[in-house]
Amino acid sequence: MASKLTQSNSAGWAFALPGFGLIALFIVVPFFFAFGLSLTNQRLVSPNPTEFVGLANYKNLLGVGMITLEPERNDAGEILRGQDGEIQYPRVRNYTRKNPDYPHLDGMREWFRWSSGDNAKVVLAKDVVFVKALKNTLTFVVIVAPLQASLALLLALLINQKLRGINVFRTIYFMPVVISIVVVSLLWRFIYSGDNGLLNNILGALTFGLFEPVDWLGQPSTALGAIIAMSIWQAVGFHMVIWLSGLQTISPVLYEAARIEGSSAWQTFKYVTWPGLRNTAVLILIVITMQAFAIFAQIDVMTSGGPLDSTQTLVFQAVERGYGKQDISGGSVISVILFLIVLSISLIQRWLTREKN
Amino acid sequence: MAAIDPSNRGLRLVTRYLVLGLVALVFIFPVVFMIVSSLKPDQQLLTDTGSLRAFLPVGDISLDNYFAAFERAPIGKFVFNSVLVTVITVSLSLFLCSLAAFSFTYLEWFGRAALLSVILATLIIPFETIAIPLLLLVSKLPWIGVEGVTYGWLDSYRVQIIPWIADALTVFLFVQYFKDLPRELIEAARVEGATWWQIYYRVVMPLSGPVIATGAILKTLKMYNEQYIWPLISVQSETYRPVMVGLQYFFQLQIAWGEVMAYLTMITVPVLAFYLVLQRAFIASIASTGVKG
Repeated sequence: MASKLTQSNSAGWAFALPGFGLIALFIVVPFFFAFGLSLTNQRLVSPNPTEFVGLANYKNLLGVGMITLEPERNDAGEILRGQDGEIQYPRVRNYTRKNPDYPHLDGMREWFRWSSGDNAKVVLAKDVVFVKALKNTLTFVVIVAPLQASLALLLALLINQKLRGINVFRTIYFMPVVISIVVVSLLWRFIYSGDNGLLNNILGALTFGLFEPVDWLGQPSTALGAIIAMSIWQAVGFHMVIWLSGLQTISPVLYEAARIEGSSAWQTFKYVTWPGLRNTAVLILIVITMQAFAIFAQIDVMTSGGPLDSTQTLVFQAVERGYGKQDISGGSVISVILFLIVLSISLIQRWLTREKN
Repeated sequence: MAAIDPSNRGLRLVTRYLVLGLVALVFIFPVVFMIVSSLKPDQQLLTDTGSLRAFLPVGDISLDNYFAAFERAPIGKFVFNSVLVTVITVSLSLFLCSLAAFSFTYLEWFGRAALLSVILATLIIPFETIAIPLLLLVSKLPWIGVEGVTYGWLDSYRVQIIPWIADALTVFLFVQYFKDLPRELIEAARVEGATWWQIYYRVVMPLSGPVIATGAILKTLKMYNEQYIWPLISVQSETYRPVMVGLQYFFQLQIAWGEVMAYLTMITVPVLAFYLVLQRAFIASIASTGVKG
């Protein structure tokens, strides 16, 4: 309702400006900066003037290619094999080091390969560390989002019972949320440690010594999984609480009706609880996804991206380049790519929720 | 439905508590382990992980790790820095964000809708995506101090405070809350000739206890617990470093785990104590971030 009573340009601006100004200067401006800087070769400190380089940074990050290597053959046309009987292939660098026949592969390095018949297919990337970071971040998100959301829902259902002392359990389940992720990461580094690690000992005791100790963070096959499990442990209480507030908006009358109709626990969940949680579900998935894309502290404290780049992530790489190597433009490009991914996900969310309304 | 067999019902109750208790163990064991281990010498700490003693304060119990941790790192300084930065940022944030939200909710002015949508749009920008350009920006910003105009904010308290004061979530929480306050109060005060400042200060803020608590809790957790990436890159000298970055003093090649656990316990237990006392408010504030606008 517009009225003389509430109309005031000067007071309106004066009250809103300090807050708005700070957000504009420290969030909006750097945000547009990121786009601009990603098109230059800006460094934090540099004797040379900054130059505009167009999309070159993006090409250097995102460039991927593939070659098929045929086995080396001797003059008789037989495949050459090494001592262990493995097929000998020409070296990848023959194709990627200034080879005039393969200009599009110039400067690339091997990412991974697989065999197809006698040939080997090799996937190359301009920036192998970046593509690994991208792949790890996506893996992290794709595993964490559904797993954490559903575990949080299970906990919320568990805690939503009417039992004496249930608040004590709610308090305990939520507790890791108020502990810093930095503290949690360092604590779990000890829990995961290979010798005398708490987890190995607990698993050993539970299996009566059958379990073989594992250096969870020290080997590429388990490091990311270990970080995923710890991240879920820390954050799941947060989303439990959001599910819980969704659960409490469902009218008790519906549950009463379901009970009178004699529906089973599963039927009640399927036809009463779940339909009432649709919007909460979308919200929770989006929140977890956005948080998961930003993963940094766990990596920095626990593995620094290793072993063998198996826990590199986008934000870790952005910081390592932008700050560690003082390559502001390199860090900005990764930031922009990360933002574009997050943006497209929230657009998908808008689209999903719009249909329901 | 047939009558429920009472013994069966008792069994189900026990099962429920058993499940709840086992899940609780999963969440609580690292914290118990942290606190208990901080009291043990390294040698015992490592051997105790092989048995239930890991979770019990037994054997050679002392505060030695705490004294050693204080000798290794300027912990008092780190705690002071964190508390200072947190207190100033949270207070200014609550003040400026509520003031802006007040203006967005109750006043009619040119540009209001546009400014509010810009603020809300920043909700989807993760801080991590602007950290690097922000680092470049603050490295060039001017500052007027006792020695005149200087350039560059790196290595200071202000670089940890000023960029963090205003944020979209806090503005949003206040706008949501103000919307539900009765408008007649504001209009009545207006008719009686109160200035806008008086209405904000005397009418609206005294009614805003719950949202102030929510905002304060969320912002305090953010400033104390989650300030890691930013001070890591914007503050080089230990004079200004907060507790979470101070952890790096303990990442030696040979990690002295007892000291690490002592430090972790010291910086975590105060927050946990606050949480246990105010747990309803903590949980309510997290739940309110899930309310859709």
